[in-house]
Amino acid sequence: MFDYETLRIIWWLLLGVLLIGFAIMDGFDLGVAALLRVLAKTDDERRALLETIEPVWEGNQVWLILGAGAIFAAWPLLYAAAFSGFYFAMLLTLLAFIVRPVGFNFRNKVADPRWRGTWDWILTVAGLVPPLIFGVAFGNLFLGVPLRYDETLRISYAGGFFALLRPFPVLVGLVSIAMILMHGAAWVAVKADDVIALRAERVLRAAAVAFVALYAGAGAWLASGVIGYAIDGRIATDGPSNPLLKNVMHGGNWFGDGPLGRWACVAAAIAIIAALAAPLLSRRRHHAGAFTASAVAVAGTIASAGLALFPFLLPSSLDPRSSLTVWDASSSKSTLGLMLLVTAVLLPIVIAYTRWVYRVLRGRVSLEHIKQSHSLY
Amino acid sequence: MIDESVVILSRLQFALTALYHFLFVPLTLGLAWMLAIMEAVYVMTGRDIWKRMTQYWGVLFGINFAMGVATGITMEFQFGTNWAYYAHYVGDIFGAPLAIEGLMAFFLEATFIGLFFLGWDKLSRVKHLIVTFLLALGTSLSALWILIANAWMQNPVGAEFNLDTMRMEITSFSAVMFNPVAQSKFVHTVSAGYVLGAMFVLSISAWFLLKGRNVEFAKRSMTVAASFGLAAALSVVVLGDESGYTLTEHQKMKLAAIEAMWETEPAPASITVFGWPDVAARTTHFAIRIPWLMGLIGTHSIDTVMPGIDQLVQHAQTRIGSGLKAYAAMQTLRTHRDDAAARAEFDAHKQDLGYALLLRRHLEDPSKATPADIAKAADSTIPNVPVLFWSFRIMVGCGLWFIALFGYAFWLSAKRQLDRHRWLLRAALWSLPLPWLAIELGWIVAEYGRQPWAIEGVLPTALGVSSVSAAQVATSLGGFMLFYTALAIVDVMLMLKYVRKGPDGLGMWPPAPSASAGSAS
Repeated sequence: MFDYETLRIIWWLLLGVLLIGFAIMDGFDLGVAALLRVLAKTDDERRALLETIEPVWEGNQVWLILGAGAIFAAWPLLYAAAFSGFYFAMLLTLLAFIVRPVGFNFRNKVADPRWRGTWDWILTVAGLVPPLIFGVAFGNLFLGVPLRYDETLRISYAGGFFALLRPFPVLVGLVSIAMILMHGAAWVAVKADDVIALRAERVLRAAAVAFVALYAGAGAWLASGVIGYAIDGRIATDGPSNPLLKNVMHGGNWFGDGPLGRWACVAAAIAIIAALAAPLLSRRRHHAGAFTASAVAVAGTIASAGLALFPFLLPSSLDPRSSLTVWDASSSKSTLGLMLLVTAVLLPIVIAYTRWVYRVLRGRVSLEHIKQSHSLY
Repeated sequence: MIDESVVILSRLQFALTALYHFLFVPLTLGLAWMLAIMEAVYVMTGRDIWKRMTQYWGVLFGINFAMGVATGITMEFQFGTNWAYYAHYVGDIFGAPLAIEGLMAFFLEATFIGLFFLGWDKLSRVKHLIVTFLLALGTSLSALWILIANAWMQNPVGAEFNLDTMRMEITSFSAVMFNPVAQSKFVHTVSAGYVLGAMFVLSISAWFLLKGRNVEFAKRSMTVAASFGLAAALSVVVLGDESGYTLTEHQKMKLAAIEAMWETEPAPASITVFGWPDVAARTTHFAIRIPWLMGLIGTHSIDTVMPGIDQLVQHAQTRIGSGLKAYAAMQTLRTHRDDAAARAEFDAHKQDLGYALLLRRHLEDPSKATPADIAKAADSTIPNVPVLFWSFRIMVGCGLWFIALFGYAFWLSAKRQLDRHRWLLRAALWSLPLPWLAIELGWIVAEYGRQPWAIEGVLPTALGVSSVSAAQVATSLGGFMLFYTALAIVDVMLMLKYVRKGPDGLGMWPPAPSASAGSAS
């Protein structure tokens, strides 16, 4: 059907689609959880706020599970290197994704305010941790990760969890948090009752401005102060997935010298424009439009990072030759082809029934309705 | 050299988190279909009590479902965090069913569970029933893909080693998908989940009847549980996954260990009902045997010989020798890629490469192995016989008890005399933990019995670990134990709270005059 090179490009694009799908879909409910204590003051308000995401967060979280599964299936070297290399960071996000299902489900099942207050704190933190860590991880990709392959392709690393917390990645982590707060607030402005929605609009404005400032700052830093990586000499784009068959040099600039650097700038410009449009649209009471703009900003941000890194997926600072690229970290041609077929059939079905569910649940969650019901869920 | 303590800690962490995850999954599997059955009766008869039953058991389902989802993510992450070399070595095959599971099954159940709870007022009866049905379908489909992945670890078909990428790569996806081990595993495992779900409903309903509460509600629930449970209990035993145990070398070894069959017997082999396996002496004391039966069950014939442990160890020794030839040829090919003789030698022996890797547990360079090393590695293919022997017998004993219990309950429910014997209600109540025991032991037989292999004949477990330190794994293992214990306490507390409250305490049934009963959705 497709040759190996094309399949690798398609799966690189699909990797982007899955990450963007995760950030847009699960992103808003992470943001809502992170803002739980800011946007909703009383218990009724908090229940109302949570009910805007309660029927959908579970399906949204599958984007994460699918993302991890697809990376395992299509980019097994990336899966192995990233998950074991970022060991404690991954386990920390895992912890957040474990307490969220439990928290959403268990919070309302006991009326004691201490019980609910505890869960509110847990949900807030569990909403902040994943965007922070994913942002920091992305930031580290630009600097390179200290890993090395031996001849049997077993990985070894230098440096632990705290080595990840360098200034640039931490800044990217903050960008990610601002982005998720903006996106969560945009959702609440669409779905929640007036009091809560008004607070959300204010948060949306602040978060959008913070996001644009931080994102532009990170971009400027990346353009001026971060040395890029580049493939040295030729690489077979349809060769075996073995990272040790190429040479890589550490030099140049991600934006200027990367093959898709210009496109990264375009994506970044779209992200900034969309993020500025979101509060403007919200002020004119186009809440759905503001949410869409926020989603575009999320997509543009992730796309800009992926495009700037291309063809790298995970550069190695310890042994640049061990860097993972689109051309040497994928599954076999058969597996990529098969998984493409499966995705092409199933993903549209998933999107179709997800749309149906959102249609059934359309409309604002009214505070009045929450006060009258004694929901257990 | 592989750090042995990293291996032990990583295995312990995987085993504990997997066993913990599987406390919740089978209840989801079984209860989902029972919700669909109850709601179908509601839609067909229009009787409100059946809707209330769906909602009440749905509350318990929801508590459990959250735990299943939460602990399931751990499993998917762990292949990467703790088994990175495994992920690299077999990701080309193993990753696909996991990704398909997400796409085909988990999206389905996770998207519709929200509507199941909050869609009662927003959907017509039939549409809501379809939502419940899709939820149940999603849970069972999810099990299908996970078991296809797991079965490939037991019987790695449709793949071969690629020297250029140093990993296994897929050659036939249909062989992976229609792996016979996967088929028997799927039927066995989901049936076990259905038994557990049925026992959950049966036990709690029996408790209501013993207390004289929610009688109408409990009797109807028990009727559903008894019939669903009887069908599932029969299928779990009759369609047990032993049929898959004769396919491969190590599956045969597992079966020999389960039976403590130290020596090969003439066909058809006898079955050891009871005895005391003695590992040091390689014999089973006080064995009570039934002639012929094992051969008939295991091979479906009277003249196929079932090899004993002694013979299987000898096979392993031969295959290690063959694997060493592949290993040596691989080293030559690494420096001389065009060496045709080495290539031919490698291709002739590559199916045994994994056996040579067994030596790497104790030797940096397998090519320096002495005959004593080879004999030691061959012996390491024997799983822990007493653990398998006893786990299997307790599991089967539970299975037979479930048939009897559900069978009698079914008989009584047909005669509408479910509350005739208090002893039966008590037996049903006290049997509540048994399906969990049986299911966990079943996993121990399947996975602990798979050792020393992560992928049978391909990749020894010890080689699969990540290059992380023992301190890192010890920290995460400790974290999991603390965190999971806290979650278990909260989960059990909530379950008990909502069981004790019951449909009456929650105002679900009988219907309250204020008509606010529906709020528990």
